[in-house]
Amino acid sequence: MEIFLSSLVSVAFHGLAYGMILYVISVGLSVTMGLMGFTNLAHGVFAMTGGYVLVVSLSKFDIPFPLALALCFGLVALVSVVLERTLYARLYGEAELEQVLFTIGLIYMSVAVARLIFGTLQQPVILPEYLKGQFSLMGRDFPAYRVFLILFTSAIIAALWFGVERTIWGAKVRASVDNRAMAQSIGINTKSLFTTTFAVGSGLAGLGGGLGAEIVAIQPTYPFEQLVFFLIVVSVGGLGSLRGPFVAALLIGVTDTACKYWLPEFGAFFIYIATIGLLLWRPQGLLGKRS
Amino acid sequence: MSQLVGYTVDSRVRWTEYLPWLLAVLVYFLLPDYLSLGSRVLTYILFALSLDLIIGYAGIITLGHASFFGLGAYITGILAAKLGVTDPLIQLLASGLGAGLLGLVTGAVILKMKGLTQLMLTLAISALCLEVANKATFITGGADGLSGMEIAPILGLFKFDLFGKTAYLYCLFLLFLTWVVIRRLIYSPFGVSLMGIRENAARMHAIGAPVYQKLMVVYTLSALIAGLSGALLAQTNQFVGLNVLGFEPSGELLVMLILGGVGRLYGAFVGPVVFLLAQDYLAKQFPEYWYFGIGLLLVLVVLFARGGVLGILDKFTASSKARQSGAQSS
Repeated sequence: MEIFLSSLVSVAFHGLAYGMILYVISVGLSVTMGLMGFTNLAHGVFAMTGGYVLVVSLSKFDIPFPLALALCFGLVALVSVVLERTLYARLYGEAELEQVLFTIGLIYMSVAVARLIFGTLQQPVILPEYLKGQFSLMGRDFPAYRVFLILFTSAIIAALWFGVERTIWGAKVRASVDNRAMAQSIGINTKSLFTTTFAVGSGLAGLGGGLGAEIVAIQPTYPFEQLVFFLIVVSVGGLGSLRGPFVAALLIGVTDTACKYWLPEFGAFFIYIATIGLLLWRPQGLLGKRS
Repeated sequence: MSQLVGYTVDSRVRWTEYLPWLLAVLVYFLLPDYLSLGSRVLTYILFALSLDLIIGYAGIITLGHASFFGLGAYITGILAAKLGVTDPLIQLLASGLGAGLLGLVTGAVILKMKGLTQLMLTLAISALCLEVANKATFITGGADGLSGMEIAPILGLFKFDLFGKTAYLYCLFLLFLTWVVIRRLIYSPFGVSLMGIRENAARMHAIGAPVYQKLMVVYTLSALIAGLSGALLAQTNQFVGLNVLGFEPSGELLVMLILGGVGRLYGAFVGPVVFLLAQDYLAKQFPEYWYFGIGLLLVLVVLFARGGVLGILDKFTASSKARQSGAQSS
């Protein structure tokens, strides 16, 4: 019983850490897809880029960890703005097929570039000393980095929710998600709103990719392999919502960790079954709006 | 994509439509060293045709079409390697029926959904198939794949030879039969109604067309054909591995179809030829550049050349015709 309890705590803890990372990466996708109606399958590319930025700035340039995290966000956001203005914007309002193909093309290109620069091996993360080791709480040991991860992502999520629900920018975003034509007609500049939202969403994906590099291995096939998880979070959670994907990400994080712990022979089997089941039950996602 | 084919167009076979078959027969006689690559190309043409039917004609977007291809390949592989059913035509039939059944069951669910949910379901089902094949090692061989397949001569007469002659003709024959069926289908009232659904499903509902039923029929048929192509791949390679399932083969197939041209029937012929020949030469020598190249090509096609290779040819012939008629009238 004691052993079971301790494994339960362990699964909940690691599942929570993984779920938070999944959420930070995927939330941008939910908002951009809900806001712009753009099926961006290449969202994982931003997360992978963030991961590589973190790994390289820590191992090659000895940049302090906090600064490296800021770089993950900043660089990826910057790159995404350039991509959005030059390429993505051309396909707003186009058929879904074109967007799907275009973003699959971007995935192929990024995989190739990552392989060319970093090779096919996964990149080790060199954590700073103060985040290594264990953290004791109520007679149990928890890896310090995961504890930091949970606290830090909680702070980011709180900031994000505050931004979306309590600021003018957030009000404009919500208005545009609900009714874009109406938002435009009352003078909201949706074009620049798209760009900033896209940048924030992609920057968060970069940050999540960097933070999670220790959990989700950074390697060239990342955008392909993780795509299905990001899309599950968004579709199960509900497009354009902030809370839905949060619930979905935690569900996936805990379920995936539990399956790996207790039923490793089934792999991701249950995740897919649960996704299919949930989508059949609520096609618009857990907290999505009925169309 | 919305060019007019169907009732408004003469459904008789034009002379250009004989060209692929002529070319295929010429390859058999003139390039005997390339027959195994040829069989691979023919197999993928069949697979691409099945995808064109649902994406190009019915407008259903899927990221999981490899599920049917993979299931077909595994059914043939398991029959041949584990259960001792060596007759290739029985294997083919079983693969087609098995994949068709999966299409019927998954289609019943997928076709009720729209947009992201639909896309996600196709992706989740295909990921599930990959996971099952990966974990059920006792029957699929898991990551090692299925080898040791035994395949008897076709009809007891034509043995699969070392040079791939039988395999090539066998693939060609099956592809031809499927082409006849699909061509008839898309020029039929059924085909026209599919294009109606693609262009505007709400209006098709409004005029009382049974949209869901029609989509079910075409989705199941497409799954069946994809299953047949999977069986061909297994029989000609005598090996089945995990690479027939999952997102990557679906993605590659999409690339082939887009490259050739969607919703044009012959795009599914041109795409795999270009893609697989290029892959044969480039992918082994420059794997990184190869992936970058197909990615770039995909982006360029979407931004500048929606119709793929055939679309560019169409534009070219249209502008030269316009120039000719302009010259005559002046």
